[in-house]
Amino acid sequence: MNLWQHLPVLPILIPLAAAATMLLFAEPQRTPRLALAFASGLGQLAAAATLLYLTSDAVPQIWAQGIGTYTIGGWRAPFGIVLVVDCLSALMLALNALLALPVLVYSIARSDRLGVYYHPLLQFLLMGVNGAFLTGDVFNLFVFFEIVLAASYALLLHGAAAQRVKAALHFIVVNLSASFAFLLGIAMLYSALGTLNMADIAARWPELQGGNVGIAHAGAAILAIAFLVKAAGWPLNFWLPATYTAAHPAVAAIFSIATKIGVYATLRLSSLLGYSVTPLGGIWLFYGAIATMAFAILGILASRQLQRVAAFNVILSSGTMLAAIGLGPRPMIGPALFYLLGSVLASGALFMLTGMTERMRIMALETAYSPAAQPVTYSAFSVGEPPEPHAPDAEIGIAIPAAMAFLGLAFVCCTLLVTGMPPFAGFIGKLALLSGIFTSMSAGAAALRGWLFIGLLLMGGFAGLLALSRIGMRLFWSVTGRVTPRLRLIEAGPVAFLILSCVALTAAAGHVMTYVDSAAHMLNEPRTYIRAVLTDALEKAP
Amino acid sequence: MEIVYALVLGILTASGTWLLLRPRTFQVLLGLSLLSYAVNLFIFAAGGLVIDAPPIITGVGTSDPGRFADPLPQSLVLTAIVIGFATTALSLVVLLALRGLTGTDHVDGQEGEP
Repeated sequence: MNLWQHLPVLPILIPLAAAATMLLFAEPQRTPRLALAFASGLGQLAAAATLLYLTSDAVPQIWAQGIGTYTIGGWRAPFGIVLVVDCLSALMLALNALLALPVLVYSIARSDRLGVYYHPLLQFLLMGVNGAFLTGDVFNLFVFFEIVLAASYALLLHGAAAQRVKAALHFIVVNLSASFAFLLGIAMLYSALGTLNMADIAARWPELQGGNVGIAHAGAAILAIAFLVKAAGWPLNFWLPATYTAAHPAVAAIFSIATKIGVYATLRLSSLLGYSVTPLGGIWLFYGAIATMAFAILGILASRQLQRVAAFNVILSSGTMLAAIGLGPRPMIGPALFYLLGSVLASGALFMLTGMTERMRIMALETAYSPAAQPVTYSAFSVGEPPEPHAPDAEIGIAIPAAMAFLGLAFVCCTLLVTGMPPFAGFIGKLALLSGIFTSMSAGAAALRGWLFIGLLLMGGFAGLLALSRIGMRLFWSVTGRVTPRLRLIEAGPVAFLILSCVALTAAAGHVMTYVDSAAHMLNEPRTYIRAVLTDALEKAP
Repeated sequence: MEIVYALVLGILTASGTWLLLRPRTFQVLLGLSLLSYAVNLFIFAAGGLVIDAPPIITGVGTSDPGRFADPLPQSLVLTAIVIGFATTALSLVVLLALRGLTGTDHVDGQEGEP
């Protein structure tokens, strides 16, 4: 009995167990909940780090070729649900855990007391995201998507202000419709192929005959629509700016990875089907992604609020990823993954920073915490008296000195990060993307598409720089109506941590690049994945 | 039977889509419910429509799969129904909250231009 083989299920089990246990403690008992939340966060980080190590082919005797499989309940792969860890999954798990910890710390400062059940919901969200990255079954992917969505509906409503409730209604309707599309796609794939296992779908795809070809292609296309709604591909992304602007900053920070599960699902199915099935890959995806980038650039230029710029920046990074998948993908995947790492961490930092700069401009932000909004959730859940709506700042944690200097510095760093200026990770990611575009153009991709992508990539950075410096000038250099906020260490620390981890990403760019290249190599050779899933399962069968 | 089934699906989807595009939150919610019925029936049909065939394989000597209905879509429908039901219930709560906070049942929280 090898204990290592149970490792892949841990990123799902840890948050599930933590969230379920938290519910046993009534609302006023914050300490046990926080302890559980931190234990869970650290546990996920440890599990993800171990998975990263194992998939990097360092210990070939545990997992041959760096792909681990876990058959749930011991049922063989095409029939039962299987979890698969390859380099891409491990990378995304690590990214999720790395983002979750700072968000957790940040939300202790004030966000988790705005409503009930914040920490359990956050854990369920993490569980859904981890599960979506791990699963090797299309229907199971749907279930994990729904877990993410259910948790994010509730988190979005967290601190129920009228604007948030309105955004949440739109968000729920759009995503519910997308879930129906997801189900339709799954049903069509099943009726044409007779399987729901992703590896098995890929293995049976070339053997399609007759009328089933059309059904399977239509199914894949409908599935792609569902993924693109989640990944915020144009024209399916009009829900995103309003939602991410209305969400609480801590919630928006963790949402910046929830969008990426759509990108991940597109990339996974696209690579398994050989990047050939439109619109999961190829020219349709590419032009859709180009339109997404253009939309995001216009949005960034038109926004006057920092959080709105951050929201459009999430769309921009999704668009960049999708365009990389759509353009002759083989040389592009590695750089795109590196770009994704830097971009998710940077958006997380920017969203959290937003929460602090907003306080500086309008101390009357208390509208969001207004007593009128509070009782809705508290009395509905009958969890006793709400804690002090806006508890005095002095109670928790240590205030940091030179708050304005910190905010300014963090703002400049975030600007450099999200716009891809040197010396941070965003720059290296963009540079790698550009060099990938040139490689794929010399390998025969259409020159027009390559130049279009280059143009938008550079313009995206420029637009971000323009918009953020405009907002920065108004925030920091205008003298009137500005209050120096009291920042506590647990608020400022997470932002600094994310920025520093981007610096670390730059410093360790060589190692990270090697790893993402091996992830890209695995994605470009889907037969390894298919063989690992289908034969491992056969061997393990009794 | 197939044509009746297809017609039912078509009517449900068309009505659901029309209601989904209406400006009142309750209409949107009903539209979502109708769409979810259509989708669930569609999943059910993915395994093929057969009459008088149980989805559970009984006995030892029955090796002919043609005599049984495909059980997988039925279990998928079950999961989809539960998830759809829960999310619809949640959107009902959001609908009520929006009504309470804004005083109108318009999806945008305010009446459009008259």
